Amino acid sequence: MNRISAVAANTFREAVRDRVLYNLIFFALLLVGASLLFGQISIGIQRIVLINLGLTAISIFGVVIAIFIGIGLVSKEMEKKTLYTILARPVRRWEFIVGKFGGLAWTLVVNTFFMAVGFFAALLLLAHRFERSDGYLLVAIYFIILEFVVVTGLALLFSTFSSPVLSALMALALFVIGTFAEDLRAFAAMSHGVTRVAATLAAYVVPNFASLNVISSVAHAQPIAASLIVYNSVYSLFYAAATVCGAILVFEYRNLK
Amino acid sequence: MRTRATTLLAAIILAGSLTGAALTVCRLDRLRAHATVEEALYVPSPKVLQRMSLGYNGLLADIYWTRVVQYFGQQHHLRSMNYKLLPPLLDITTTLDPHLLAAYEFGATFLAQKPPEGAGDPDAAVRLVERGVRENPSAWRLYYNLGFIHYFERHDDAAAADAFERGSRVPGAYPWMKVMAAQMSQHAGNLQTARWLWSSLYQTTENDEIRVNAAKHLRALQVDEEVSLLEKTTAAFHERTGHWPTNWAEMVAAGYLRGVPIDPTRKPYRLAAEGRVLVQVPEDFPFITQGLAEPSKPARSDSK
Repeated sequence: MNRISAVAANTFREAVRDRVLYNLIFFALLLVGASLLFGQISIGIQRIVLINLGLTAISIFGVVIAIFIGIGLVSKEMEKKTLYTILARPVRRWEFIVGKFGGLAWTLVVNTFFMAVGFFAALLLLAHRFERSDGYLLVAIYFIILEFVVVTGLALLFSTFSSPVLSALMALALFVIGTFAEDLRAFAAMSHGVTRVAATLAAYVVPNFASLNVISSVAHAQPIAASLIVYNSVYSLFYAAATVCGAILVFEYRNLK
Repeated sequence: MRTRATTLLAAIILAGSLTGAALTVCRLDRLRAHATVEEALYVPSPKVLQRMSLGYNGLLADIYWTRVVQYFGQQHHLRSMNYKLLPPLLDITTTLDPHLLAAYEFGATFLAQKPPEGAGDPDAAVRLVERGVRENPSAWRLYYNLGFIHYFERHDDAAAADAFERGSRVPGAYPWMKVMAAQMSQHAGNLQTARWLWSSLYQTTENDEIRVNAAKHLRALQVDEEVSLLEKTTAAFHERTGHWPTNWAEMVAAGYLRGVPIDPTRKPYRLAAEGRVLVQVPEDFPFITQGLAEPSKPARSDSK
């Protein structure tokens, strides 16, 4: 456990050193600038825009960080030969993978926490008070974090067997396909024979990001069902565990010579 | 020394290039006027846009709603009689976010009002609000908008009464929705009803734009009423004296008026040939139907 947390802490430190948290400045500027601009050039949607823009920015910034840091988690260590130093110590390969995953996930949680603080501050500045329904915004942010955990797992998995560019492309493609997961299942239900089997299989293999996106609903203060919170949490946990286990399996058998 | 010269040269070229690029864009904008709005409809299908949004359809809807406001503002500013992009832009906006109430409330107003104040398509406005009602059955204000459009733009009193009545049944609706439904059934077409409708909107709305619009309509009703009364007075003067008054002083001297009549912006009304009464600046009152050099089609408020 100590070894995993040491790898995770090191991954977090590295991300901070790579100035990943600089995106917070862009986030703050984007939020303030856009909410002021939309307030001037649109009608009746200043609060909705702030929520939509804030949560969308938190999601996109995080997904981009998860993909572009995730794809280098293993390959960068191999390229810089630092992986051999780590594995020469009593650190097992699976511990290295789990530590890397935990470190990046923690980086994203910290990043999201600061963005959420900025987001709620902007909301308070605009509306002068919080409403009961603003609690749903926290649920949306929690779902965004779940989304990051899944994307981090995917990026890490690809990082164990592919080049950074290819890993980025595959992770990005899966993210896009994952947003169409519900359409894919609908398509599978409409098709027949082999197509139906293949489409159904694909629909359940690709990550389901559609149900993790509740930004539009919370922007209109619509409640989020407790069952959705539970199922999304369980689903993300299973999916992330599957990707991390996949990464461990690939990495365990990979020839590092 | 050489480094400093290179830095200076690079900085000058950078500033010059940026200025040149900005000036070229200005020229391009002049060449391609309205191009950005037209380009927004290169993807006319709301469904395709919904897919392309990757689940961030709320933000895309906000962007499209802003496009609607900008497009409407631009056409309105140009006093355009053509708002052909308004219905598809509103369709895209409300498909991307079916719960964006502002798009239904304001969009319906943009669609319903007569050109150049709007697209002059009240049927499209009704379709938009009905869709909003289907998607947001608890939004009683949409029924209120619907009643307004039926009453003022479509002159369909029964449909207006039905809309107010349906809205009054929604939990949380203002109690005066029931009164409005009754008023529609009994006194539709009455100037007092029109004034009451706009006054209630003015007093209850939380939105500044809607309040400003309601105030404009109330001023227009005041002008319509005052002009009608003044023209009746000039007709009475003509009947008694055998000639039309040429100025207000004549009317005051004859005891028909206490002073020069002024409009709600404190400008005196103009007295034209054959006792017609005109406002000085018609642009001050975008919704008047009386007091214009070229009479407009009778509005709801004085049609009965």
